[in-house]
Amino acid sequence: MLGLVPFTAYVLLFLALPTVIAVGTGFFDGDGAFTLDNITALGDPVLLATFGNSLWLSALTAVIGALVGALFCYALIGAKPTGILRSVVDAASGVLAQFGGVMLAFAFVATIGIQGMITVLLRDNLGVDIFANGVWLYDVPGLILPYIYFQVPLMIITFSPALESLKPQWAEATAMLGGGIGSYWRHIGLPVLLPSFLGSLLLLFANAFSSFATAAALTSQGSQIVPLQIRSALTSETVLGHENLAGSLALGMIVVMVVVMTLYSLLMRRTARWVR
Amino acid sequence: MSARDTAGTEAVSRRDVSGVHPGPSTATRWVIVAVIGLLFLVPIASMLEFTLRGGLAGGYTLDRWAAVFGGGLTGEYKPIVTGLTNSLLLAVVTVAVMLVLLVPTMVLVRIRFPKLQRVLEFVCLLPITIPAIVLVVGLAPVYSVVARMFGSGVWTLAFAYGVIVLPYAYRSIQANLQAVDVVTLSEAARSLGAGWATILFRIVVPNIRRGLLAAAFIAVAVVLGEYTIAALLNRVNLQTALVVVSKADPYIAVIIALLALVFAFVLLVAIGRIGGGPGSRRRRTAPPAAPAAPTTPLAPATGAAEPTTQEAALR
Repeated sequence: MLGLVPFTAYVLLFLALPTVIAVGTGFFDGDGAFTLDNITALGDPVLLATFGNSLWLSALTAVIGALVGALFCYALIGAKPTGILRSVVDAASGVLAQFGGVMLAFAFVATIGIQGMITVLLRDNLGVDIFANGVWLYDVPGLILPYIYFQVPLMIITFSPALESLKPQWAEATAMLGGGIGSYWRHIGLPVLLPSFLGSLLLLFANAFSSFATAAALTSQGSQIVPLQIRSALTSETVLGHENLAGSLALGMIVVMVVVMTLYSLLMRRTARWVR
Repeated sequence: MSARDTAGTEAVSRRDVSGVHPGPSTATRWVIVAVIGLLFLVPIASMLEFTLRGGLAGGYTLDRWAAVFGGGLTGEYKPIVTGLTNSLLLAVVTVAVMLVLLVPTMVLVRIRFPKLQRVLEFVCLLPITIPAIVLVVGLAPVYSVVARMFGSGVWTLAFAYGVIVLPYAYRSIQANLQAVDVVTLSEAARSLGAGWATILFRIVVPNIRRGLLAAAFIAVAVVLGEYTIAALLNRVNLQTALVVVSKADPYIAVIIALLALVFAFVLLVAIGRIGGGPGSRRRRTAPPAAPAAPTTPLAPATGAAEPTTQEAALR
């Protein structure tokens, strides 16, 4: 048992303790006395709006990312597993899903910033000004495209194993029973894939919800999503007249994440029946 | 494996006769791949175009690329060099933390305490549920203690990074560990008089070196891309330096970001070649090792773990 001590100590110190502190500080005021003020402060309209922004941004980009990613996965059915297409797609999705952050902010400023390549192309050639109603890139709507840009690769990574698990025998059985491609998808393909599609969707949601770097590098001012609000709570001691607000914001995030990830693991357990 | 392969080819040839093809036609496939692929290339092309712009005069120039490669990263660009050095140091220390703390524990649990397998898996996958921005709220007080013990050197961040890479590292190593019958191997070694250290270093580690290598690579990629924790604990790494420099000279920042992107891409292609990395196809086609007692109770759990660990790290 002694061999397990170093890792246990490490995990307690750098995972368990920070999490407990993060979630716990919300319950104490600046002097260390127990208070529920910070928790009730979450009901503040400003913070509710922040959570609202985070939730719709995550939901929207998760749905779009999941649909586009699933379409791409469909296109990959039957591609040679060791072929060049698969290798490139695997590596590229890995990079774009995991490495983005700050780089994504740069990429989208270069693309659809005020002097971005696409902005200029549209303006000079088609006379379309994408910022006709004001510059939205540095605001919450500006996060939609960068977020989709990392959601689609993540969907490809998480969903393609499920598509690969569709057994050829099922298609054969369909054909044997006189079914066509339509009935194959309606009665076999889609029902089998649905749990893992929903699971991936939840994972994408969680991913966008907890994402910080892109937003931090892109948005110029204000804290329109929860991670940015946590940053301003951390760096400026008091937000809305509350100390330790970062703690209660963290608690709010954890609650959302735990709900999402619990649903996810339930769905994955169901998926495991078919995906082996 | 050979039996499965033959079954696979048979299935494919029979499917051709059957008339129901779940996959797209070749044309459809390439249209989808091309359209989505091109859309995803646009931002990267824009970055490239941006770095080549000739400033107010218009036109294009290679000057900035020449400056970066010609050792022009001095003066105001110094933060990038510092940041890159710090990030590389962090990558090395993080991999060391992973190898020293995680690997022996995983082996020990696999051989001696199989009942703890699910607990270990839960703990290792937990960081996915805890966003880095939440972790950082609690890490701030922890690090004020760490600084008193180890000083405030940037390398101490590797303790936090070790936690972030835990899910990725765990999955890569676990995939490999399950494909090797470690229990039998270690019993054989023990009956020949080997001690715990011999078993670990001469039996287990050589057998799982692919998994270890894949885990190390993915850890490097994650550490090089990490921004959240470094930014909020006021440490300098590659990403925070990029943000600082981009305020003064966006061109150089974008060039470095592109180079880092290419580096990460190459790293992940390498993982793909090693196997056990992104996508679990290889694992599924690998011989199902020790199918009886130890793996069966884990089957649903590992099934659930599989896609989870490919979870993104954009935090």
